[in-house]
Amino acid sequence: MFTTPIPWLVLALSIGIPILFIVGMRYIASHAGSRTTRVASITRGGRRARSLSIPLPRVNVKRLLVVGILGLGALVILMRFIFGIGPVSNMSDSFPWGIWIGLDVMGGVALAAGAFVIAGSAHIFGVKKLEPLVRPAILTGFLGYLLVVCGLVVDLGRPYNIWRPLVHWQHYSVMWEVGLCVFTYTVVLFIEFLPVILERINGFEAIATRLPTVPLYKFLRKISIIFVILGVILSTLHQSSLGSLWVLMPTKLDPLWYSIYLPVFFWLSAIAIGLTMTIVESTLSSRAFGHGLETDLLAGLAKWAVIVLGIYLVARFADLIMRGAWPLLFEPSVQAYAFWLEIGVGVIVPMILFSRRSWRENPRILFTGAAMVVLGFIINRLNIATVGMWEWSGVRYLPSWMEVSVSLALVTLGVLVFALAAKYLPVFSEEHG
Amino acid sequence: MSEATKTTRRQFLKGAGAAALATYGICNLPQSVFAEGSSTGACVDPVSILIDVSRCQGCDSCALACKEANQLPLTENPPSKLDADTYTFVDRREVTLENGESATRYVKRGCMHCLNASCVSACPAAAMYKTEEGPIYYRANRCLGCRYCQMGCPFSVPQFDWNNGLSPEISKCWMCYDRLEEGEQPACVDSCPTGAIRFGHRSRLLAGAHARIESNPDHYVDHVYGEHEVGGTAVLYISDVPFDQLGLPTDLPTTAPPEETEKIMTKLPFVIGGLAVALTGTAAWTHRHEHETEITEE
Repeated sequence: MFTTPIPWLVLALSIGIPILFIVGMRYIASHAGSRTTRVASITRGGRRARSLSIPLPRVNVKRLLVVGILGLGALVILMRFIFGIGPVSNMSDSFPWGIWIGLDVMGGVALAAGAFVIAGSAHIFGVKKLEPLVRPAILTGFLGYLLVVCGLVVDLGRPYNIWRPLVHWQHYSVMWEVGLCVFTYTVVLFIEFLPVILERINGFEAIATRLPTVPLYKFLRKISIIFVILGVILSTLHQSSLGSLWVLMPTKLDPLWYSIYLPVFFWLSAIAIGLTMTIVESTLSSRAFGHGLETDLLAGLAKWAVIVLGIYLVARFADLIMRGAWPLLFEPSVQAYAFWLEIGVGVIVPMILFSRRSWRENPRILFTGAAMVVLGFIINRLNIATVGMWEWSGVRYLPSWMEVSVSLALVTLGVLVFALAAKYLPVFSEEHG
Repeated sequence: MSEATKTTRRQFLKGAGAAALATYGICNLPQSVFAEGSSTGACVDPVSILIDVSRCQGCDSCALACKEANQLPLTENPPSKLDADTYTFVDRREVTLENGESATRYVKRGCMHCLNASCVSACPAAAMYKTEEGPIYYRANRCLGCRYCQMGCPFSVPQFDWNNGLSPEISKCWMCYDRLEEGEQPACVDSCPTGAIRFGHRSRLLAGAHARIESNPDHYVDHVYGEHEVGGTAVLYISDVPFDQLGLPTDLPTTAPPEETEKIMTKLPFVIGGLAVALTGTAAWTHRHEHETEITEE
């Protein structure tokens, strides 16, 4: 089944560690006083038991699943740093980039696009009604970038050199631009999100009176527009640079995707994703946290998304026709099917779903269409990184289950942190001050 | 006859070695080795290697000499592909000759040392960089392990150590740069018993290659592979069978791929400047009333 012993090791540990954990917890519980013993001691002596009585978090299927996914991902990452990238992945010298770049980095950056689209619209173009969507969008963007950094640390062979692009300027290298943008934009997103954290801290008088968090908060609010502008510029650079990366491979990337206009396509699609990801994220969090859904606001975003998707569609096909690559679209190849899948799911069907006002304002259709755009463009990024490189490399790369488990763990971590932040920080309610 | 040929060859080699030394004087070698990498820092006339496929007998001396010179473990004898421990190997190709007969041709493969190299342009930290003399050199201590050089290389030459968890390195031919510094030739050139591999300045080797083709037009294909491919490479091939049969990529553009990405990169300052002005202007315009109210409040 597996050619190397590493997958077996991962499997054995992923079964072994939970068993050890459960056995260990049971041991602690039976020796240090469980809930029942504590209750008994209170009722008997009217006094708190002196034995250790940490209330264990309740175990349910959802929590077990989250812990399982995170644990498996962590194990694979551990294996990757012990044995190398080769044994845990299907990457090779014939296929040096897999889904850690195609999905975690390229997809993660794309999904973070809501931050610059919504913050830019609200604060630069003065669309004030978008204000309630800004904080969740920035949080999504910030977490997206943190995950990209995590993904990079796993994927880079020598991650401790990640700072080098900041020092050795290589202004001809697209990867240098990518590296610089990842770093600076993560910092900018943190500064954009910092007021939310400070608002919470300022709620605690004990801290707020001792630390200069209140003046810092006021200062950040005053200069926030600078970081919004910086965010839009850095996002434009970064989103487009992920497309520019592939411009270096004219003979390698399939002609259905290769174009010198890839940076423009990536940027346009980032705006579409930014708009629709905000719809997806708002709908999901309104369900999860039970607050109201601003349907008319989101329908407005969908209307803009139709315009952007329309421009994108025309540009993609004009490019294919101008390069003379359009006959490939009608060949019975995996590449052609993959192309139609991404365009159909991500562009054509959502444009139809969003075309009528009454459809847009139906929350269910709105969510479906927006989710399709997001999915379609994730497929787009994956197509470029995988299917688009199949023909040239002669290797039909598909990720190994261990690569998938790392990606899954990173996404789970992102959702988890979002949920925690939404619970404990004023993300959805802004205190105007 | 053969004695005479040998002498000329030796003389030629000596000449090339001396010429290489002379270049180092001009290009100021000690500084260039430690200088920042630059994708445009190519010497006007780089040192090059010319491989005559029709003269190669497939003895694998070059591949084995490379292993020895670079202290690489001999994991496979003879090496049959590039990998983390193999900078060069002899590719055995079954070809069909013009008269319909099948034959074997031996193609020494390895880094092409492109004049405007994708790997150098790709590297975000100048770990992969082009020396002024032409050879492309890898500095592991700067490398992030992003493998964009592998993705970018049109010949898929850079190889990664997939089984090293913490400090994997990229491996590729560096044209025995250490030997060049000593005034010697690359180990593969030195080891070749048939004279199929020649070392010298690119302009000279190119002229020589064309002369060889002209003097024997029935034997050679009228094309010097690497003269124009991806904007020109420092490793050149001539052959008696078409290059598409030799496993060398023949669909390459004549412009260097980095030129396309450099076009994009040079537009960035204008994108940044334009956006900064436009966005600041827009923000100032949309917030103009807020400012007025603030003033009136005061």
